[in-house]
Amino acid sequence: MSASSDSKGWSPYLAGALVGLLAVLSAAATTKVMGKTNFLGASTTFVRAAGLIEKAVVPSHVENNEYMAKEKVRVDWQFMLVLGILLGASLASRLDGSFSWEAVPPIWKERFGPSPAVRALGAFVGGLVAMFGARLADGCPSGHGLSGLMQMSVSGFVALALFFGAGVLTAHWLYGGKQS
Amino acid sequence: MNPLILGLVTGVIFGFLLQKGRVLRFEKQLGALRLQDFTIIKFMLSSILVGMFGLLILQQAGWIALSHKPFNVGAVVIGGALFGVGWAIAGYCPGTSVGAVGEGRWHALFAIAGMLAGAALFAEAYPWLKTTVLAWKDFGKIGLPDLLGINPWWCALGLAVLYLGLFVWFERRRL
Repeated sequence: MSASSDSKGWSPYLAGALVGLLAVLSAAATTKVMGKTNFLGASTTFVRAAGLIEKAVVPSHVENNEYMAKEKVRVDWQFMLVLGILLGASLASRLDGSFSWEAVPPIWKERFGPSPAVRALGAFVGGLVAMFGARLADGCPSGHGLSGLMQMSVSGFVALALFFGAGVLTAHWLYGGKQS
Repeated sequence: MNPLILGLVTGVIFGFLLQKGRVLRFEKQLGALRLQDFTIIKFMLSSILVGMFGLLILQQAGWIALSHKPFNVGAVVIGGALFGVGWAIAGYCPGTSVGAVGEGRWHALFAIAGMLAGAALFAEAYPWLKTTVLAWKDFGKIGLPDLLGINPWWCALGLAVLYLGLFVWFERRRL
């Protein structure tokens, strides 16, 4: 990587280790503040956000939905955590100059062309399938992957293996096996 | 402290570290799935290694309670596979999609929109899934030490050796 923006990135081992430390401190802090240990995660927030949007349009539909009722449609600790990720990433990228507006990533452009609409469609469809899967599996790479493996959860190991297994096969099918 | 403020502060640090580790990038996500760039794997395993011992210490000291997600076989296997397919198409997972927008990769907004649609769709399908896939076989909230019938410290130690071995392998192969 010769791009100047990347010379200011940190070693993934260091950044990862600090996230590990954050996860431990967060587990202790949430236990103290909320009386129950909460672990880092992201995908449940998408259910709550979808519920909040639906609620603005058809409130009764959300009230009658069993899953929405189970997950409780509200802005909670994890919801703010997810918003925080956006702010933190924005702050870090502004500080080291790696922020850049991007409509189509270079690898995508090379494979599927420069159209932002095609990229938008791919992102939407992929996001939809991924989130349906994450809710069925009850977690994403944060909840199952990081928090699950940190706790040595059996479900975490199985879920992470399938995330990567199916992801590798799909990426191979989409982009081929050639080295870029 | 207000839980919402705690969540926000934790999220800002999390997002900052995800960005500095350069794991929010589409290229890094696809790089990992194409087995060409191991940045994300290194990042995840490093955080897991530190977090595993930290959480174990806190749990053994009685300060926190672990909360395993249930190992509901059909749900985890089918859901996990669907997630992998969608992840490779979108190029983002839920946490990184939000972070990617933060660093200007605004096409991730469409991934977020898709994820909101997927969450809404799942909520509609939930009553049906509850009587089918989710009802197949649930092994409950189990940890690997329980499954293997060993002391959690030995289990953590074994996993640590595995993760460290992978790090050595990555660096030797310059992955």
